[in-house]
Amino acid sequence: MIPTISSSLYFRGTYAVYVGLFFIFLITPLTVVGIFAFNDSMFPSMPWNGGTLAWFLNETEPQLGLFHDEDLLESIGVSFVVACFTTIASLVLATCNAFLFEREQFPGKNLLYILMLTPLVIPGVILGVSILAFSSTIANWAEMQFDYDLEFLRPGITLVVLGQFAFITTIATLVISARLRKFDSSLEEAAMNLGATRIAAVMTVTLPDLKPALIGAGIVCFLMSFENFNTTLMLVGSDAPLTIAMFDRLKEGSTPVLNAVSLLLMVASGVLALISVFFQSEKPGS
Amino acid sequence: MDKSSYTRFSLWILLLPFVLWLLLLILLPHVDMVSISLRERVSARNYTFSFKNYTEFFIEPLYWRTFVRTAWMSVLATLITLLIAFPVSYYIAKMMRGRLKALLFILCLIPFWVSELVRTYGWMILLRETGLLSTFLQWIGLSDQPVEMLYNDVAIMIGLVYTSMLFMVVPLVTTLDSLDDSLIEAGYDLGGSNWNVLTEIIIPHAMPGIVSGCIVVFMLSLGNYLTPILLGGKDSLWFTEQIFTQFITRFNWEQGSAFGILLLILSSLIVWAGLKLSRQSFTNVMS
Repeated sequence: MIPTISSSLYFRGTYAVYVGLFFIFLITPLTVVGIFAFNDSMFPSMPWNGGTLAWFLNETEPQLGLFHDEDLLESIGVSFVVACFTTIASLVLATCNAFLFEREQFPGKNLLYILMLTPLVIPGVILGVSILAFSSTIANWAEMQFDYDLEFLRPGITLVVLGQFAFITTIATLVISARLRKFDSSLEEAAMNLGATRIAAVMTVTLPDLKPALIGAGIVCFLMSFENFNTTLMLVGSDAPLTIAMFDRLKEGSTPVLNAVSLLLMVASGVLALISVFFQSEKPGS
Repeated sequence: MDKSSYTRFSLWILLLPFVLWLLLLILLPHVDMVSISLRERVSARNYTFSFKNYTEFFIEPLYWRTFVRTAWMSVLATLITLLIAFPVSYYIAKMMRGRLKALLFILCLIPFWVSELVRTYGWMILLRETGLLSTFLQWIGLSDQPVEMLYNDVAIMIGLVYTSMLFMVVPLVTTLDSLDDSLIEAGYDLGGSNWNVLTEIIIPHAMPGIVSGCIVVFMLSLGNYLTPILLGGKDSLWFTEQIFTQFITRFNWEQGSAFGILLLILSSLIVWAGLKLSRQSFTNVMS
C-alpha cells in the first residue's frame, strides 16, 4: 500500500475516488455558505433567484445588507476587542510559561506541566460555567463584606476575555514552547559572555528568534478567540460577540445576511491562515 | 547579584503569573463548582450540605438518559471520524509526494480556520427541507416532495464528524508520516498480506496519533453545544444543553454545577481509559 509496492489499478482507482469524495465532503458546506450570500432571496435556500450584492450593500430593510446592519457590525466590534485583549494576554503569559517549562528546573514541574495542559480536556461549556460560578461567588462575597458590586465579575466582556484567556493560553504555550525547545541556548550564553545581562540576552537574541512562533501563535489565538462559542456563551453579558449574535439569529431563522458575514469571516480567516503559514515556514536567520 | 539568587529570582517571576492563572481561572473555579454542586438551597442565601443534586440526576430519567445518549453518540462520532480519516491520512502521508502532499494537507486544515458556526450553518443549508440535497433528490427524481433531513440524529452525527475531522487527520498524518517506507516494504518482503501489514506495522506505529486524535475528537463532541442544538433541533437531548438550561434558563446553579462535574468526570474517565489502553502518557498525547 505504498507507491513502491505494486497494487491493482482497481484498488488505486477506488482509493483515489474515496479521497476525492472526502475532499468534496470537506469543501461543500463552506462553498454553499459562500454562494448563497449572493442569492437574491429572503432565505438562504433554494431556489436560486439570481445573483445580488444586496446582502452586503443594501441600505434598507427587509434586505438589510451586512455593511449597514448596525447590530452585526457592533458585534463584530465586540468580537474584535475581545480577541485583541485575549491574544495579548495569552501571548504574554504563554511566553513566560514557555521559558518556565523549557528553561527552569524546579520541584513539581511535571505536575504543573500536566495542570497547564488540563484546559485542553475540559469541555468549553464547563470551563465557562465554572468561571461564571467562581466569579459570582467572589462578587457576592465582596458585596456582602464591603457592600460594593464588582461589576467586572458579572457576565460581560471582561469575563468573556478571562474565560477565553484560560484555555487559549495553553495552546499558545504549546506553540511557543515547541519553538523555544529548538532554540540553541548557547547563542544566549554567548551574548551573556560578551557582557549582556540575561534580560538583554533574552530580549536581543532569544525573542527575535521566537518572533515567527509568536506571530503564528498570535494569529491562532486571535482566530480561536474570535470564533469561540462554547465558553463565550456562558459568560456573555449584554454585548454579544459575533458568534453569539449569529447564533441568536440562526435560531430565529436566518436571512442570507448571515451568509455574507460567514463569507467575510472565511475570507478574513483565510488571509490570516496564509500569513501564519508564511511566518511559520520562514527560516530563522535567512 | 550572584548567579544563583538571580536564577531563583527569574524562576519566581516566571512562576507567579502561571500559578495565578492556574489557581484563579482553572483550579479554584472547578473547586467552587464542586462546592456549589454539593449544597441545597433552603431559603434565600441559606444553604445546607446535600447530595440532592446528584441523586436528582439518577432519579430523573431525562437527565441520565441524556447523559448516556451524549456519551454514546460521542463515542460513535469518534469511531466514525477515525474510520473516515484513517484512509485519507494514510493517502496523504504515504501515497502522496512533494507539493501535492502539502497542498492536500493544507486543504484538510481549511475547515479549522472557519468558525464552527459557519460550518454548521453550511450543513443546515444543505440538509434543510428547502435545502440543496432535498432539491437535488427531487431533481433527479428520487423524491417527489421536499425531504427534511435536518433535526435528527444522523444530522447531528454528520455535523459532529465534520467538525472534528481535522483533529483526527492532523495527528494521524503526523504519525504516519514518520513511518519509514522500508518497514512496510519489509513487511511485504516477509510475505505479509495487506491485512498483516496494516494491523502489525501501520496501526501499531500510528497508535499515538490514533489515541490523541480520538481523545480530542471525543472531548470536542462531548462538550459540543452548537452542532446538536442547530442540527438536532428541539429534541437534540445533548447534555451540555441541560447544563446551559440549568445555569442560564432556570438559574439553578446547584443542579447545573452537579451536571458539569458529572460531565467532567465522564470525560476524564474516558481520557484516562484511552491513555491506559494505549499505554500513552497524557503529556505526550497532548503536546
